[in-house]
Amino acid sequence: MRALRSMIAGAALAAALATPAAAQFAVTPEPPKQEWSFEGVFGTYDLAAAQRGFQVYSEVCSNCHSMKQLHYRDLAGIGLSTDQIKAVAAAVQVPAGLNDSGEPINGPGTPASQFRSPFPNEKAARAALNGALPPDLSLIINAREGHADYVYAILNGYVTPPSDFKLLAGMNYNEYFPGHQIGMPQPLRDGQVTFADGTPNTLPQMSHDVATFLAWASNPELAERKQIGVRIILFLVFMTGITYAVKRKVWADVH
Amino acid sequence: MAGIQESTFRNPVINWIDTRLPIFTMMQKEYGNFPTPKNFNYLWNFGALSMVILVIMIATGIFLAMNYQPNVTMAFDSVQRIMRDVNYGWLIRYAHQNGASMFFIVVYIHIFRGLYYGSYKSPRELLWMLGVVILLIMMATAFMGYVLPWGQMSYWGATVITNLFSAFPIVGQPIVTWLWGGFSVDNPTLNRFFSLHYLLPFVLIGIVFLHVAALHIVGSNNPLGIDVKTPQDTLPFHPYYTVKDSVGLCVCLLVFATLIFFAPNFLGDPNNFIPANPLLTPSDIVPEWYLLPYYAILRAVPNKLGGVCLMFGSILILFVLPWLDTSKVRSARFRPIYRQLIWVWVASFFVLGMVGAHKPLGWWVLTGRIATLYYFAHFLIVLPLLPRFEKTLPVPESISQPVLGGGRLPRGVPARSMENA
Repeated sequence: MRALRSMIAGAALAAALATPAAAQFAVTPEPPKQEWSFEGVFGTYDLAAAQRGFQVYSEVCSNCHSMKQLHYRDLAGIGLSTDQIKAVAAAVQVPAGLNDSGEPINGPGTPASQFRSPFPNEKAARAALNGALPPDLSLIINAREGHADYVYAILNGYVTPPSDFKLLAGMNYNEYFPGHQIGMPQPLRDGQVTFADGTPNTLPQMSHDVATFLAWASNPELAERKQIGVRIILFLVFMTGITYAVKRKVWADVH
Repeated sequence: MAGIQESTFRNPVINWIDTRLPIFTMMQKEYGNFPTPKNFNYLWNFGALSMVILVIMIATGIFLAMNYQPNVTMAFDSVQRIMRDVNYGWLIRYAHQNGASMFFIVVYIHIFRGLYYGSYKSPRELLWMLGVVILLIMMATAFMGYVLPWGQMSYWGATVITNLFSAFPIVGQPIVTWLWGGFSVDNPTLNRFFSLHYLLPFVLIGIVFLHVAALHIVGSNNPLGIDVKTPQDTLPFHPYYTVKDSVGLCVCLLVFATLIFFAPNFLGDPNNFIPANPLLTPSDIVPEWYLLPYYAILRAVPNKLGGVCLMFGSILILFVLPWLDTSKVRSARFRPIYRQLIWVWVASFFVLGMVGAHKPLGWWVLTGRIATLYYFAHFLIVLPLLPRFEKTLPVPESISQPVLGGGRLPRGVPARSMENA
């Protein structure tokens, strides 16, 4: 009876913890589950996918979205070599301090540079984009319910709106965006990016790759974290066993 | 040499120190020989566990503070710098972030243990009340710590919670302005919360010391809820309970490590990965999971002042619990009705937690009100009246005699009567 009651309490706790904050709009469907290389206890990032995703970000997303928390040196985390990183950084113009007359100037990036931001500030972004502010993508996977599934669903969620749906001027219909009205026009279409490794450039493939890249950008420590975690768990299981054996021995004369 | 301590330690260095400052004798008395009831179950681990977590929180917090910037323009980015560029910064931060959750899990179980076995009853009232003070300080510390990363939920959580004080007539709004250090949650608020978040854990250590000191005066309760009568009822704390606590600690660290390494953001809110924006309110403002039950109580009442009073009342009522429960029998084992109703109270607490996570719409409102009603009725009606109806079961003579069938004196038990038995 007591065991049953504690089970019920446990289930209630699990339910309490697992309940999402709140569905924002009842009509927005849950993003469908996708397969991700970085899921599970031993999951790590598919580096080839993350590199392709970085290409998608550079060629498409970075025209509007910043990633301020990242530096080009961080790209070593998705397997780019030092020379590749130098080349990637040198290809963009980033703020490079002031010139001799005190005016801000741009110069080629270095591995230590922050990712280039498409707009100097929020007002410039809103002025250029019909009043919309594209969110910074550094942490986007962590910052949305549904995480990578959500980003994938948004990129694939541009469908024809229902005939009775009233779309505001300059807005776009997206099945998975809360309220369905999204400022961002469909960013990715089949064949938009050409991958050097010959991977098919379909919309699902590109959005899966870019979501993998963004997942890495949000949690660059994930692979190392899980690797250490497995060792620590094994150690603690071993310690629990030893400690319990010692406890039994110490208590043997009491019972 | 009047009053000098006669130390029995053989090691000359320890003996020299102990003669002048008997800390080794004290440790030996309080943690070595300390007579402890022999019938503890694993629920008695959780006091020691919470102490370990407190130490982990302070240790990780000190290193976080070395890299954190308590300024509204830099706070969010400085946390990301800790996560990305500081050596093992992610480990320190995830340990601290999930450590807060572990602290509450462990302390809530510790409190439940006290409720189930009547540990709050005479002579342990003050011990219990010090525990409630610890809970309150913990909540304040956790709340202010949650503000520091300066994400959306940090900012809006701080705004909602500090605004609660505005419910009080006349003094309310000035108190809120005074708390904020301005006319909204802003840089002065962040600065003072950081300062207090660093200070309060050390206050906590002081109160924990008093909590433990009070425990060592009155002695531990036990699953039978009866007093220790003879030395046969007790075991020396070391090695019996040091090793038993170690087993619990290993399991606790297993859960902790699983959270840190495999689900570090499971208990967090995605909104806190968005930098604080005073112009954009999140669609739903929710506190961290450990404060959800109180948040539900707050929202159960349509009147703001009433909600605030009930919310504070839900903790403050614990202070008078020793006098609300009039039953002389401590342990729920011998109280057949209380033994059922305590689970109803626990259920109401969990239900409140779930209600707190949802918008107060539809049947969540009614559920929240019913759960709130029982939360208070349990303390204010059930506990005072229950002894009139409840037929308690016969309580055993002593810890060792009828229950454990006697048994010989275990090795290492000091053959002297317990001073406080």
